[in-house]
Amino acid sequence: MTEALLKVKNLHTEFRTEGGIVKAVDDVSFEVNAGEIFALVGESGCGKSVTALSIMGLIPNPPGEITSGSIEFDGVDLLSLPSREMRAIRGSRIGMIFQEPMSSLNPVLTIESQLAEPLKIHENLSGNVANDRAKELIDMVGIPDSATRMKQYPHELSGGQRQRIMIAMAMACSPQLLIADEATTALDVTIQAQILDLMQDVTSQTGASLLIITHNLGIVARYADRVGVMYAGKLREVSDASDLYAEPHHPYTVGLLQSVPRLDADKGSPLSPIAGEIPDLTDLPEGCAFNPRCEWAVDKCRIEQPTLEETKPGKQVACFEHETVALRV
Amino acid sequence: MSVASEPRTEWELAPPWSTRLKGMFGSTVKAAKRDVVLAVSITILLIGLFLAFFGPTLARTDYERTDPINRMQAPNTNHWFGTDNWGRDVFDRTIVGTRLSFLVGFSVTLISTVIGVGVALVISYFKILDAIMMRFVDGLLAFPTILLALALISLIGPSVGNVIIALSLTATAGKIRLVRGAVLSLRESTYVDAARAVGVPVPRILFLHVLPNIVSIIIVQATFTLASAILAEASLSFLGAGVPEYVPSWGNIIATGQGYIQVGFHISFFPGLFLTITVLAVVLIGDSVRDHLDPKLRGRLKTTAQQ
Repeated sequence: MTEALLKVKNLHTEFRTEGGIVKAVDDVSFEVNAGEIFALVGESGCGKSVTALSIMGLIPNPPGEITSGSIEFDGVDLLSLPSREMRAIRGSRIGMIFQEPMSSLNPVLTIESQLAEPLKIHENLSGNVANDRAKELIDMVGIPDSATRMKQYPHELSGGQRQRIMIAMAMACSPQLLIADEATTALDVTIQAQILDLMQDVTSQTGASLLIITHNLGIVARYADRVGVMYAGKLREVSDASDLYAEPHHPYTVGLLQSVPRLDADKGSPLSPIAGEIPDLTDLPEGCAFNPRCEWAVDKCRIEQPTLEETKPGKQVACFEHETVALRV
Repeated sequence: MSVASEPRTEWELAPPWSTRLKGMFGSTVKAAKRDVVLAVSITILLIGLFLAFFGPTLARTDYERTDPINRMQAPNTNHWFGTDNWGRDVFDRTIVGTRLSFLVGFSVTLISTVIGVGVALVISYFKILDAIMMRFVDGLLAFPTILLALALISLIGPSVGNVIIALSLTATAGKIRLVRGAVLSLRESTYVDAARAVGVPVPRILFLHVLPNIVSIIIVQATFTLASAILAEASLSFLGAGVPEYVPSWGNIIATGQGYIQVGFHISFFPGLFLTITVLAVVLIGDSVRDHLDPKLRGRLKTTAQQ
């Protein structure tokens, strides 16, 4: 196996709020290999976006703070880098795409000036050279009539086009890692597929890794090589994508999969949502945070927190009862 | 009509500066055509500027020389605005005073805008500096402008430069507070995050990404600063704490006329009229500019007008 490009080890990111300390990311460890597509899945507030922002070094401090752990990128610990060097990595070696394409472009600057900016900053290209490259980037992400688009402002573009521009901007300096934080959530379904195909294309062309952050299991199934399932700040299951659907080992994963409608299900069979609600992050239940909603929970789950353990090659699960869960079908 | 699919040339896409300036001038003229109040206000301001530059040249008499024989004359064909208690021509003194009002007004606006915006942008990114600076600003704004300026003038002495300094101080404090608020809300926006994610350094984010977004607020606020600075200078001169008494300034002339208001109200009336009209014109321009720069507000005004 190749050396991992990104190694996140025991990451803890906390936010101080009026209600107490929120452990948004609590002891999260995972690796993203070079060239692979890794997906972080989970519902809103489970800490997946905070994980992405931690990697980028963009956690607003205060109130947020990375309290412990390490994030190793291509052999360098990002958390120990001075801000100046971290800034040199952002945009040139790690690119990021945000959720809202409508607001992630500056309304008063032209597409050209925003696309050329990373090139000017990181590759010291002069204005004209950077602008020519920006034009090529617009062509690359499949927006027609790039000469006109360059001089336009964000409001003149559609949501899908803006997200394409964001991809072009993130890929401008050929980063080794592209982080897509819910990048397609705000788009309609047909555009979602186009944007994801595009991200897959551009990253595979340059051999970059892609870290997809989403709550959409359909996206995971179609694009991801490996998946990490997060719940209440912790990784619950890390698995090869195909394996996750065939053999979910964590009760939360099982619940997630059951709550998605399937074409091959019996006609008329009801969807079974996960019972209960997401726990308050300032007041997590004792033991495994999922235990109040879990049908397999035993006494041990209410006292002790399970840790990620390898159950078979390529699969890690944090559950005491994973064997029973795996046998359920 | 040309063929629609014909590719646009580079020249069309990136108009040179002369074209852009023409465009700006054109859109101003267009706006003024639709908006009579704006047109009148701009005309008044242009006349004021003309007087400010050429006032002393246009004066037909020596506006500083006293002429006791012709003192306290009512407005007549020789002295359009009459003469004051020393026999000086009020018309000449008033149009010469335009220069001082505009000099103080524009200087204060320029100084307070440049310093205020600069300081606000910088402190918005340094929390501790921000906390200290804002308390200082709060302290400054707690005093009424005129009172603070009076105190300062009595400390550093009355002169045109000192009036500008004293008025700039409070105007700057106001600017800092206004711009800081706008910057603080903008730095939470996704596109600032996106710019940071691309590795844009903080100063570049501030001046290239945030500043262009607050230009409209700054322009509108500048017009109000201009109006209030002109007014404040007149007030200070009227109180005798502004420019020295012999310098013709609207405030000084009004102050001169004050003692003779019952026998010759024309001495105070004409500079007062100039002052009122100028300030009104500037404020109305500001209103108009705000309506044009804020499409949301424009939409709202239209709907309320329809209702």
